[in-house]
Amino acid sequence: MSTLTLSKAIGAGLRRAMETDPKVVLLGEDIGKLGGVYRITDGLQADFGERRVLDTPLAESAIIGAAVGLAYRGYRPVCEIQFDGFIYPAFDQIVSQVSRMHYRTKGAVRMPITIRVPWGGGIGAAEHHSDSPEAYFTHTAGLRVVACSNPQNAYTMIREAIASDDPVLYFEPKRRYHLKGEVDLEAPLSGQSAGRSQVLVAGTDVTVVAYGALVQTALDAAAAAEREGISIEVIDLLSLSPIDYAPIAQSVRRTGRLVVAHEAALTGGVGAEVCASITERCFEYLEAAPVRVTGHDIPYPPAKAEGHHIPDLDRLLDGIDCALGRPNSRSGMGAGS
Amino acid sequence: MQLLTPAGERVASPEYDPWVGDVDDAQLRDLYRDMVVVRRIDTEATALQRQGELALWPPLLGQEAAQVASARALRSDDFVFTSYRENAVAYCRGAAPVELVSVWRAVTATGWNPYSINMATPQVVIGAQTLHATGYALGIQADGADAVAVAYFGDGATSEGDVSEALVFAAAYSAPVVFFCQNNHWAISEPVTLQTRGSLAARGSGFGIPSMRVDGNDVLAVTAATRIALDRARSGGGPTFIEAVTYRMGPHTTADDPTRYRPPAELDEWRKRDPIVRLEAYLTSRNELPDDFRAEVQAVADSTAAELRAGCIALPDPDPLSIFDHVYADPHPALEQRREWYAHYLDGFEAAP
Repeated sequence: MSTLTLSKAIGAGLRRAMETDPKVVLLGEDIGKLGGVYRITDGLQADFGERRVLDTPLAESAIIGAAVGLAYRGYRPVCEIQFDGFIYPAFDQIVSQVSRMHYRTKGAVRMPITIRVPWGGGIGAAEHHSDSPEAYFTHTAGLRVVACSNPQNAYTMIREAIASDDPVLYFEPKRRYHLKGEVDLEAPLSGQSAGRSQVLVAGTDVTVVAYGALVQTALDAAAAAEREGISIEVIDLLSLSPIDYAPIAQSVRRTGRLVVAHEAALTGGVGAEVCASITERCFEYLEAAPVRVTGHDIPYPPAKAEGHHIPDLDRLLDGIDCALGRPNSRSGMGAGS
Repeated sequence: MQLLTPAGERVASPEYDPWVGDVDDAQLRDLYRDMVVVRRIDTEATALQRQGELALWPPLLGQEAAQVASARALRSDDFVFTSYRENAVAYCRGAAPVELVSVWRAVTATGWNPYSINMATPQVVIGAQTLHATGYALGIQADGADAVAVAYFGDGATSEGDVSEALVFAAAYSAPVVFFCQNNHWAISEPVTLQTRGSLAARGSGFGIPSMRVDGNDVLAVTAATRIALDRARSGGGPTFIEAVTYRMGPHTTADDPTRYRPPAELDEWRKRDPIVRLEAYLTSRNELPDDFRAEVQAVADSTAAELRAGCIALPDPDPLSIFDHVYADPHPALEQRREWYAHYLDGFEAAP
């Protein structure tokens, strides 16, 4: 076991993947000499050379489009998009090329491309540096979308993402980069990178589903609720596409109450998908309507106000109260509040 | 650059002649045969569309020299990334006639396995493939190989951001890639003057990439330019931008009506520069196009067209459940479940009285 921050764990996973497979190459802006603006790739260019760790020109579409060509040639590219809000210039290459090439070519051409995205707010950043664009990609067939939440799963999941023969969007919660934890560097990889949510805390009263940075908030909420005698089950989605519903459905059949939390906007978000799918599966078990605790349907606000956008501990506890039918901010406000 | 005038006269060029010194009459006859055959394919495919057998067809009429001469200059281990109009390139790479039309019959998303002829599935998103070629070239570079990636695209594509980004990347890494731009003067209804005020070759130069402007209806000029570019890429000299000036004599696709936007006089002018007529005139002037050879070429063209037609009409509709195939390479239980449900749903119709 090693004690690592989440950011160092991703770096360790990248290093391990590069050692294991000579076809793994890294592309991104400032990832070489600088080691990335978050230093995730620190030291990798020095150790693996400029042919395997490419500082690219400032062209996101080209980073992804070149990765498509490298994949055509049998490489396993790992792209860094410097900030969540800069992924949009690459959107066409991701949804029109990366996601479809295997389908288009009837399986002849594989796209084992990993797209790393430093992601989300809460860091007091400038505009376009705090976005949560994951739902654009969960809506696109052919992609897998994952979000890490702690050093251990960050390490394991980056290795799995790279090993996957499918393209994987790998979201890294920026404000948890400094989260420390024990990491088993020899933890086994599962055969595929996606599709397993994880129960982090067992509970009996409410099921709280979160991913990325809000997993920590959910754990805090569970601890706070416990002091009031409320038992929360916390589930980390880990994979946003596909979503592993079995543990969530099992949980909701016991608790009868579901809260889903994310930073991203409400409408058309991952929370909507989880609520709809769990309602389909568990309708007769639900004691209350599922509750979404999310960012507002607004552009990301100026950072001094971001605390009003991102759900924090109080907002999540308020949502839990709503699911429990206790007095809460939505009481008397009707649906949609 | 021009080595054959529209009238079929050979123009000497101390600079470029050495690059085509080995191209003898026999090789020119081979190029002539390819050009006649692909024009026949084009005619047949257009007819098939008119008869309702194809959903759409993008003719390359007028661009035969640009496509055939450049494609025939390649090695089999070079890799080609094209748009949807490069049917002559696909033919030269070895695609079977029916493979050229299966996508346009809408029964498949790819006509061939890209690795079987080292040519990617033709790209529909304008210019996107130039990035793929550049990335592939980076892979060649990393492998230490001397193959070349070739990106084919049109004048309209040069306005796309992806093409500019591809040129930036290729220049930055000195990637072994050839940017082969066919300036056919029209992007659907938009003239090339809407894409650039100058020459397209200047685009390449602007990115620090050696660039050439050649007569795209001249097989010899196109051969020379492509060989120069390939040689530079193989020997570590990096990318080249070739603007092959040609003309789209037909519509954008069979769904297009160019009479709404194209001056008839312009088409008449370009008919005089027809690439096949030009090579015919040159070979005839050398007594190298005997009647029996012409007859043989016509027979090959007709049999290829017949094979295309028969193959096209025999193509079956896709199995409904095949739409779920190959979405992912790794297992995906949720999609498998969806397929099973849809199969069950379809079975319900068959079971109904």
